[in-house]
Amino acid sequence: MPTFDLRLAPLRALNGALHALAPETDQTHWTVLNPDGRHAIACGLDAPVSVEIEGNAGYYCAGMNKRASILVAGNAGVGVAENMMSGFVRVRGDASQSAGATAHGGTLVIDGNAGARCGISMKGVDILVKGSVGHMSAFMAQAGTLTVLGDAGEALGDSLYEARLYVRGRVTSLGADCVEKEMRDVHRAELHARLQAAGLAGEVDPGEFRRFGSARTLYHFHVDNAGAY
Amino acid sequence: MCGIVGLFLKNGALEPRLGALLSGMLCTMTDRGPDSAGFAVYGTGAEGLKLTLRAADPALLADALDGMRRDLGLACEATARDTHTVLTLAASDEARVRAWLGAHARGIEVVGAGRRMEIFKEVGLPRAVAERFDLAAMTGSHAIGHTRMATESAVTTDGAHPFSTGRDECLVHNGSLSNHNGLRRRLEREGLAFATRNDSEVAAGYLTWRMRAGASLKEALESSLSDLDGFFTFVVGTETGFAVVRDPIACKPAVMAETDDYVAFGSEYRALVGLPGIEAARVFEPEPARVYAWERH
Repeated sequence: MPTFDLRLAPLRALNGALHALAPETDQTHWTVLNPDGRHAIACGLDAPVSVEIEGNAGYYCAGMNKRASILVAGNAGVGVAENMMSGFVRVRGDASQSAGATAHGGTLVIDGNAGARCGISMKGVDILVKGSVGHMSAFMAQAGTLTVLGDAGEALGDSLYEARLYVRGRVTSLGADCVEKEMRDVHRAELHARLQAAGLAGEVDPGEFRRFGSARTLYHFHVDNAGAY
Repeated sequence: MCGIVGLFLKNGALEPRLGALLSGMLCTMTDRGPDSAGFAVYGTGAEGLKLTLRAADPALLADALDGMRRDLGLACEATARDTHTVLTLAASDEARVRAWLGAHARGIEVVGAGRRMEIFKEVGLPRAVAERFDLAAMTGSHAIGHTRMATESAVTTDGAHPFSTGRDECLVHNGSLSNHNGLRRRLEREGLAFATRNDSEVAAGYLTWRMRAGASLKEALESSLSDLDGFFTFVVGTETGFAVVRDPIACKPAVMAETDDYVAFGSEYRALVGLPGIEAARVFEPEPARVYAWERH
């Protein structure tokens, strides 16, 4: 159960120690004290360990995560879990902009609100935000799910490729090529699984959500748009 | 890039520590702006008016002071801090002091004027700038600061923030404006004067113009959202007020913390770590295009 106090040891020592872990390590539970908003805490992990960060994290916390479970006990700065490949990241407070940006896999749960551009260019991650998300969320999203229990800001899902967006609250506006779609059983089952992964099964009714996705009209070049290039 | 910070005290017991707290915030933002730094402190109110003067060579300031005392019979207090001197004089003397400086004192700039506001800014690492002016010993009710990473103009003291274009009004800016040249011409026609070609000074001038027309600080910032084009996070101080606004797409970072004792702003949370009771503060990211304003009563 290693404990790292970032006021006593440099951040590089923490990240270096986490990167050096063997796949079969028995040091599976790490605690990070006094993160003090430092950037790039617990980035680039590739081991089935859990890391608890006892405070507010700065930019890119848990970026590029693979297999690890990372908990931020406070708020997270820009780009939490950006480009995550697998594993689980949870933020107990709010997340700033671009949470889960470009992430390919894994699960990101934000207990509070997420700022603008949550899930921008997401490529397979499952993101669940218990609060609301800011403008341009799921911009150019390619795969995965974004589940929002609160509201979504302007231009949700702008230039969306694929990805499924589930929103329980109000949506200020939809971005280009993003449309509301029917909630069928398959979607309710998927949403239930997402809620279950966040520990909300039985507490939140999948029937209260609306689904949004791509109208797929921007997929291919259309000659009528030639003048716009 | 640039870093901006601000601290507005609600609890008077913290006022003796204002400078020390702001200094810690400013120095933490060195990574975001190592080229120059500046700050405005709202300290003890003067009976008359405080003028903050700056000259590259402090001897010029001492000479000018002697000259004004001799030529104008000026009665004023002067507090010298490195390249800046704060004159405290009767408000009625402001016009003749400015005229005398204009006629006799090349190389001296008036960087700020107000009943409570003093402004200090210089080229160099934020820690060095804070130490030159002994920021840590300054006291007051609120203060704002800036660390600059110059991207579009030279590293000079003129380009350092805060900018002040009205009495007790000042602004720090992270971002860049794209319609400042047109707006500057419009404001010059309205009678405002600008000391530099800097975009942030135009933002300060715009707010001065709105407030001169009767707008509150909050209203002035609300109208700036439609009249200013570009990227901005502003932190603004007035004699009794403190406000924050971000552009509608929230291009530049911002974090705020509020407790019963203070409201604090930082470009990043790191800047707020040294504040008392920060562990229990309400920490939040200000929303885009929403004005957050506080007023002392």
